[in-house]
Amino acid sequence: MDFIQNVPFFSILLSLGSGVLTSIMNRRIARLWNTFILTVISIMSAVFFVYMIGRGESYVFMMGHFPAPWGNEIRAGVLEAGMALFFCIVMFLCIKGGQEHIDKEIEEPKANLYYIMLNLLLSSLLALIYTNDLFTAYVFVEINTISACGLIMITNEGRTIEAATRYMIMSSLGSGLLLLGLCILYDITGHLLMSNMKNSLAAVYAQGAYNTPIIASIGMVCVGLAIKSALYPFHTWLPDAYGYSTVSSAAILSSLVSKGYIFLLIKIFYRVVGFDIVVDSKVINILFVFGLLGMIMGSVNAIQEKDIRRMVAFSSVAQIGYIYMGFGLGTSAGIVASIFHILSHASTKSLLFIAGVGLTDASNDSKKFVDLTGSGYRNMVAGIAFSLGACSMVGIPLFSGFISKMLFAQAAVSNSLTKMLPTLICLAISTVLNAIYFMKTVILIYTPIQKVPSKEGEPEPKKVESRNHPVYNVVLLCMIILNMILGCCSQPIVTWIETGLEMFQ
Amino acid sequence: MSRLLSQEEYRKTKAYKIKKWYRGDKDPYVGAMELKPQKPFKEDITAQRKRIHDDALLKKKIYDTEHNRKLQLFSKFYEVVSVLFVVVLMAILLYVVSYLPPTGNPANPDNNEVSAKYIEDAMKDTGAVNIVTGMILDYRAFDTLGESNVLFIATCTVFILLRADKHSKKLKEEESDRLYEPKNDIILQKAAFFLVPMIIIFGIYVILNGHLSPGGGFSGGAIIGSGLILYVNAYGFKKIERFFTQKTYKTICFVALLFYCLAKTYSFYCGAHHLETGIPLGTPGDIVSSGLILPLNICVGMVVACTMYAFYAMFRKGGF
Repeated sequence: MDFIQNVPFFSILLSLGSGVLTSIMNRRIARLWNTFILTVISIMSAVFFVYMIGRGESYVFMMGHFPAPWGNEIRAGVLEAGMALFFCIVMFLCIKGGQEHIDKEIEEPKANLYYIMLNLLLSSLLALIYTNDLFTAYVFVEINTISACGLIMITNEGRTIEAATRYMIMSSLGSGLLLLGLCILYDITGHLLMSNMKNSLAAVYAQGAYNTPIIASIGMVCVGLAIKSALYPFHTWLPDAYGYSTVSSAAILSSLVSKGYIFLLIKIFYRVVGFDIVVDSKVINILFVFGLLGMIMGSVNAIQEKDIRRMVAFSSVAQIGYIYMGFGLGTSAGIVASIFHILSHASTKSLLFIAGVGLTDASNDSKKFVDLTGSGYRNMVAGIAFSLGACSMVGIPLFSGFISKMLFAQAAVSNSLTKMLPTLICLAISTVLNAIYFMKTVILIYTPIQKVPSKEGEPEPKKVESRNHPVYNVVLLCMIILNMILGCCSQPIVTWIETGLEMFQ
Repeated sequence: MSRLLSQEEYRKTKAYKIKKWYRGDKDPYVGAMELKPQKPFKEDITAQRKRIHDDALLKKKIYDTEHNRKLQLFSKFYEVVSVLFVVVLMAILLYVVSYLPPTGNPANPDNNEVSAKYIEDAMKDTGAVNIVTGMILDYRAFDTLGESNVLFIATCTVFILLRADKHSKKLKEEESDRLYEPKNDIILQKAAFFLVPMIIIFGIYVILNGHLSPGGGFSGGAIIGSGLILYVNAYGFKKIERFFTQKTYKTICFVALLFYCLAKTYSFYCGAHHLETGIPLGTPGDIVSSGLILPLNICVGMVVACTMYAFYAMFRKGGF
């Protein structure tokens, strides 16, 4: 075994251990340590990704002295390695982009708790990506949920506490359904390891004795993870959670936490149940309908919103709808499009959140659209970044959003007529709706402010000197570059996703 | 030979006190315990006004109940729909359960080579007589590592939520943490005096024998935690802070979890590369046996005990 094959194991344990270490640090050291850990894990993942591309096949890594069905196991393929690298990079950018706000909004005694949450969140995301065992996945889903809750309510205000409570309730329902689904699967197969489970499930399904519990458990797992990743009818926790928490938390939640669950769902589809059985069970048709509904309703809600953060949050609902719609197509082309959209949405949404906070900074911290008028002039860098992010969301060529929409359309065209037509129609409607609210915002932030006598006691919005925020600008630049890479060099990325999915078999 | 006591000496004996208590002359609570009769809850008029005003503001500004059609519709159907949802979910689950393999049937799919190996080889492989402990701390130790981190992060989240801020009025309540409870309850103190040591010793026993008999870190830790909670209820935070402060809590959690992480990193690393760990398994049945399981059980037990106590302290006064 090559030494580099230890990387998944090292990165999970390193971030887990650093969460514990952070508990005795003060704010400054915790921040440095968190940056250090993220950098180290990113570099390790990058090297590992290159190694895996060269290796061309997946491998399993024993966690302990006992082989497969008895002990724990993690598994790495090309797709896992790339996802881990991507998640680390996006997390790093999200934290650095919102660093000033973290320092300002979080009180001193709680500061290191925030970094504990971040470290453990990273370890749980990595574990969800690499795990080859369903119960391990469940344990780390718990860590993920609790740390996300902490991220939401770290700024102790009424609305964040309310949002966190709502998130906790909905997430607990999701975890419960997931756990019930896993229990039923275990009862039928007698395994918790993904590969063994898949083999015995295929045998049991061919026999036909337990088809009702199998379909029910697929349904429960799907609904449980859909609640956690805010698919349309279960999205009610989302706007408050993203809208009022500190900006790094919002960016991380929307671009990473929900994506971690979706990646786990893909893993369950491919590695546990088998994609053929999932397609055969018709559960994905429900996901398809919910996905389409989400694409339309999320955008409609976003148009009605008067608050920029909540608007971006509702746009997340629409984008999650796209991803589930891709699952619903029931072909591997649809899944490839969904995975690409995971990448595209993660890079774009974090860009929009981080750029959006620059605009609100230039408008007396008000998130209302009325006050944002002309903020693109007051904070040049954030204005440009927000406009580019909006272009990507709408689906302008050169940006990642265009490629994912094209992949969805391609996947739909090769499908049966009953699924092709609704997909294409909803894709078109959703794109138009996207354009409406994003272009409205972009036009608004570049409308020169009118010289009306300002209300009493309200200070004139200050101009933000970009020179004073070098880190913020570099982060935005990196995010734009990431977005453009996804948009311009999509072919190698799509090939990578396809080979990764093949390794899932 | 009987001895006649003088009246004064007689008054000092236990028998006289019991007789007095029996006759109803003396109440042992009076003087020995701070009694604070609960006042009926009364809100002064400004606080009441502020509360009503805040409520109205919340409804109007945040939820906009007058104009929010969705919320109006929602509140009408909420109860019906929630009951319907629960009933439907129950029906689905019951329907599914009726299709599951019957309990106790030897031909069930979960009676396979996995459980067979656990039952047959656990003692040989892990050195633990208690198979369950062998499973959670050796076969599937990665899951348990995650699980103890769940506890850790849960306390951190409760910390974020309930920690009393420097400027909040909670701090005032914290100083007199027994504002709402009597101090020095004799019955509780006497009971705790006997019970707490026994509870804690029993918890330690359960932890140390985790690999030999039913029990282990999680259950033993919960027992110790309840002992600590009983102690703090009887004697108050001042007394417990002589040996258990926030600093102690931090140190214990930190050391235990870090040791857990490091030990398991070492053992996973060795396992994955097929190396010998060099940790002897010992004779099964001895107290010092089964390799890493005993120290890991102690770690888990300490983390669980601290977590239980920390939850209690946080909910009671927002810090300890």
